[in-house]
Amino acid sequence: MPPFASQTAAQTASQTAAVAVTRFGLGARPGEIERVAADPAGWLAAQVTPDGAPNPAGRFVASPERMQQLLAYRAEPAGPRRTPAAAPQTEGAMAAGDPAAEAARAARQDSRREMTQDTAREFLARAQMGATTDAGFAERWALFWANVFTASATKFQSAVFMGPFEREAIRPHVFGRFEDLAAAAEQHPAMLLYLDQAQSVGPNSQAGQRRNAGLNENLAREILELHTVGADAGYSQADVTEFARALTGWSVPTPRDQGMAGANAGGGARARAVRAALAGESGENGFVFRPVVHEPGARTVLGRTYPAGGRDQGEAVLRDLARRPETARRLARKLAVHFVADDPPQALVEALEAAWTRSGGDLGTVARALIAAPEAWDPRPAKVKTPWEFVISTHRALGSSPARVQPLQQALASMGQPAFSAPSPEGWPDTAADWAGPDAMVKRLDWATAAADLAAPSADPNAVAAGALGARLGERTRQFVARAESRPEALTLFLMSPEFQRR
Amino acid sequence: MTRSFEINRRLLLGGALGGVSLAFAGRAAARGAGRKKLVVIVARGAMDGLSVVVPHADADYVPLRGALAVAAPGQDGGALDLGGGFGLHPALPGLHALHRAGQMRFAPAVAIPVRVRSHFDAQDVLENGGEGLRQQDDGWLNRALVATGGPRGLSIGAQTPLILRGAADTSSWSPGGRVTGQDRIAALLQDMYVEDPLLATSLARGLETDAMAMIVGDGTPLRRNDVNGLGQAVARLMTGEAGADVVALSVDGWDTHARQNAQLQTRLAGLDQVIGGLREGLGGQWADTVVIVATEFGRTARANGTQGTDHGTASSLLLAGGALKPGGLIGDWPTLAENRLFEGRDLAPTLDVRSVFKGVLRDHLGVDRAALDARVFPGSAAEAPAIGGLV
Repeated sequence: MPPFASQTAAQTASQTAAVAVTRFGLGARPGEIERVAADPAGWLAAQVTPDGAPNPAGRFVASPERMQQLLAYRAEPAGPRRTPAAAPQTEGAMAAGDPAAEAARAARQDSRREMTQDTAREFLARAQMGATTDAGFAERWALFWANVFTASATKFQSAVFMGPFEREAIRPHVFGRFEDLAAAAEQHPAMLLYLDQAQSVGPNSQAGQRRNAGLNENLAREILELHTVGADAGYSQADVTEFARALTGWSVPTPRDQGMAGANAGGGARARAVRAALAGESGENGFVFRPVVHEPGARTVLGRTYPAGGRDQGEAVLRDLARRPETARRLARKLAVHFVADDPPQALVEALEAAWTRSGGDLGTVARALIAAPEAWDPRPAKVKTPWEFVISTHRALGSSPARVQPLQQALASMGQPAFSAPSPEGWPDTAADWAGPDAMVKRLDWATAAADLAAPSADPNAVAAGALGARLGERTRQFVARAESRPEALTLFLMSPEFQRR
Repeated sequence: MTRSFEINRRLLLGGALGGVSLAFAGRAAARGAGRKKLVVIVARGAMDGLSVVVPHADADYVPLRGALAVAAPGQDGGALDLGGGFGLHPALPGLHALHRAGQMRFAPAVAIPVRVRSHFDAQDVLENGGEGLRQQDDGWLNRALVATGGPRGLSIGAQTPLILRGAADTSSWSPGGRVTGQDRIAALLQDMYVEDPLLATSLARGLETDAMAMIVGDGTPLRRNDVNGLGQAVARLMTGEAGADVVALSVDGWDTHARQNAQLQTRLAGLDQVIGGLREGLGGQWADTVVIVATEFGRTARANGTQGTDHGTASSLLLAGGALKPGGLIGDWPTLAENRLFEGRDLAPTLDVRSVFKGVLRDHLGVDRAALDARVFPGSAAEAPAIGGLV
């Protein structure tokens, strides 16, 4: 035991404040660690609110409006197709000879660009919120759940819904009941398009019997494997297929709906019927249930039978999966891995699972259990930051905020985490081995060097290091920063230090 | 191997500053000749083997596949003839030319030893070389490096894939920006990382490889979609005295649940060009090279309702390289007859994918039999004997 008990207590208090801000949150802005030092756990608990996590600032479109834009884009003629056979001169001659076709193609490119730029603007707004928020824990918590329910910009049609997805389906529910979060996420256009659900057709449905179309089991499989019970839960191929049948009809509007419901407003009986169907069966966020593609009949998933129904049939299966103990166990561990350690203490996992089970999957209760767990406060930095966490915490340490989206996208892509573009439905990986590979470390050093050069004229490196890490700043790093030969060098060393690369 | 990387980085940097890098690189290339080279390409997302190696003579192929079926050789847009009732997808002309030269072979129906349809579980098994799920934390390619002690490993991409993770030191590289003039900071960071070996070794390796790419390369920046250029850049990292011998490369985007034909056309053309770039870049060393293309599992024998296919079981595996021995099919063709399909829906495996890996490691890299059976692929002696005669 150290000889001076009072000094040790003071050290512990400042360690606790530093851990609250740098491990649970997104890193410290200047002065933040001192501000929360009076009650670090209380500061965290105050961010757990029934309203969910805050949205990025700014005006961004809601899903139904984005769906209109996407449908309009698809309805526009694509213009002359580029084919290997058509030489560039021929294409040019065709375009010059047909101004109408050229104009149509330009309009189409414009609408695509507008949606892409909107999405990038919202990504920037999220980064700016991350860099400046006083509720860093709520933001980390929200992005954890966005990663559990991964939709990705690797497909254009889901890319344009990434902003609305986080805003509409994830953030409002992250401190509510898990099953409500799951229902909102799975029925959002981003997910329905990313995992091909929107096109799935029940083979024995009205539509399935008329035309050559069928099931797509992608969403059903990933819900089981990645969003709820996990691959170890012992479900079979038959369970996947049955669940996929139950989900048929979960879809999004098509150009035909628009044509009939919009262009001919107040028109024929058929248009009125479609409008009525849309009005009656449409959920939030542009979700559409299509009875004509829903597979008729009762379904059996994991031994439980669900009577014939409509939209509610798939949702009943989903909610049962969300309530299963395998889901609680799997996601409790995933939380512990994300917030505390690549190989987390078993006691922590069990505490989170117990809170989940006791509260019926109330995520606010689970968040409070994480805050209350002693294992979560171990001051040793265990986790390597993701590129996002590294970039955002750098801005916070320097008291800055990203101004332009292009350099931000470039930096994140080079470090292996391109904007909104998780590589697969499994989402971003979450261990040191995934993020601290040789090439990624070089790219981090490149970016840290550039950031340090930009910040150096106005920053005192010693103050930046002390403010960003508080009592978690180690003596070795403190000395390296103090002894550096230039301010850019000192800042680079600080940004690349083990304490700052980890959390 | 770390030591030789370090020495060469210093020499190469010195050479560059003195303006003699080209002469140096030329000599180094000459000295590096004769080492065995292995490139393992992991096609992530479940590559549809039935579209890559097309069983056009199987009577059930067209009925099962419908619009997804690739036409027989000789027809419009048809497969490129491989003989024996098989054809290669028309987007793979480079590989087809290699086949005619006796430098490409294929296994039409391989699978990992575990029957799972989860990408993530299956990729884990494909890469860690285990008998079942979650049995190894490191990758079989890394354990092969440990077993032979000699070759240098390199992965392409920001993240080291599981297949190359493990006890043997490896490096990684991806196209992009380069560190210049940071030697001093790099040295300071090594001192600062004295208690954080992960960050220390990762950064050191990354800087070494980056310096090699900078000097060995011809200075032309790689364009984003230049897959042939990527193959050539990787080849440059494999040549010269300090060049990598064993490379792991991922090619993504094979999860073709919908509109499969168009997606495969693009993906396969890219794969063909990566291998073409490797062959061009390796030059004379192509004669000492084997390239393996493997995927975690195949796709359903039937088309689904959205012009795609869902997760299946067996897929095809391709081998290419100047070191290959010419030969026919690797493993048997199970046929697509209804009663032969696995669980009534998937192409059935006739060969454990580890058998092919083991055959290549033994005959090409000289990994001995006991190490293969016990350490590189633990417990595989009975279930997956090494195939001979490939190399």
